[in-house]
Amino acid sequence: MEYLAILISAVIVNNFVLNYFLGICPFLGVSDRISSAVGLGMATTFVMTMASAVTWLINHKILIPFKVPFLQYVAFILVIASLVQLVEMFVKKVSPPLYKALGIFLPLITTNCAILGMALFAALRDYGFLETLVFGIGAGVGFTLAITIMAGIREQLDTADIPPSLKGAGITLITASLLALSFMGFQGLIKS
Amino acid sequence: MTLLWKEVVDMAKKTVPLGTEFIKGLWDQNPVLKQLLGMCPTLAVTNSALNGFAMGAATSFVLISSSTIVGLIRKLVPPQVRIPCYIVVIAGFVTVADYYLRAQFPDISASLGPYIPLIVVNCVILGRQEAFASRNPVGRSILDALGMGVGFTVALIILGSVRELLGAGSIFGSTLMPAIFERWTIMLLPAGAFLALGVMIGIGNFIASRAEGGK
Repeated sequence: MEYLAILISAVIVNNFVLNYFLGICPFLGVSDRISSAVGLGMATTFVMTMASAVTWLINHKILIPFKVPFLQYVAFILVIASLVQLVEMFVKKVSPPLYKALGIFLPLITTNCAILGMALFAALRDYGFLETLVFGIGAGVGFTLAITIMAGIREQLDTADIPPSLKGAGITLITASLLALSFMGFQGLIKS
Repeated sequence: MTLLWKEVVDMAKKTVPLGTEFIKGLWDQNPVLKQLLGMCPTLAVTNSALNGFAMGAATSFVLISSSTIVGLIRKLVPPQVRIPCYIVVIAGFVTVADYYLRAQFPDISASLGPYIPLIVVNCVILGRQEAFASRNPVGRSILDALGMGVGFTVALIILGSVRELLGAGSIFGSTLMPAIFERWTIMLLPAGAFLALGVMIGIGNFIASRAEGGK
């Protein structure tokens, strides 16, 4: 039950993109087509799940026993960077069209704050190993959900009549605002 | 030392005026309004003007320090591993900033929470290292970082002030709105952050297109 609460909280109630503002760059950058949004979402979820397990192990088995918690940021970011490299090689080999579609944004998962943010939140809240893992999956699924909904809306926006000054980033952010507003409706789902 | 001296000579040969390196970050290439970089902290911590300023200052410190170091070591780092190297440099300075804030300003540190360590993955910083500091002499890199840092901080303060004024009726904690003013609590919530930044970028584009003598 506790795990379910963490999962639902990460996916819907405290959605990483719409509530914590993590992963905004890809959220604005790759959300113009549903197919690439789903691809990036899945790549991010995969990296996030792996990263949640590895960062927990590093934090609790190396950094804390050796009393070097100040190395946390450096250690976390290096782990995430190498994981991303791994995923990049994997996608390149398995699905060249997806690799082409994600283009520049795949290496940018490294600087996707959602992943480091997830690791830091998990460390801050003192989650156990399984809790961290569930939190990582939930955060990834939540990111995928938000970016896919956004891509769906933006595909419709293509044909809309938008004031020239708001074209691109402006209208995307205002759409995100409405999306965040509707996600606030889930607030009562979990007792905080 | 010889390396450093060579940088100075290189710098003198460049033709772009030094002032331009600084000024471009303020408006033409403003990281928030024009390049849409560093969106996460921009949106997350600007629920008050003070938080916006603190985040801007911390980010500028990290940006200027890492641009200095990257500018100095750029010829020693093999291109294949440059990104990890830059990130380690950045993460080091972020750790310094985080521990300093925690010791000196515990209140600010608590209200910014995990967003201070998240400066590590602020794309403004890595973006400047990759696009500028790794290709230019150290002096220019510092000026560039200074401009970008100031531009980022100013954008954050403006956004924070607008949200604080509409959401809590005050700026930097001092009440400005009359008591009769109905507070727009939504401006302090995530939805308000997206809305305020979206409108701000829209206004920025509008001014820019007017200045070009457009429609």
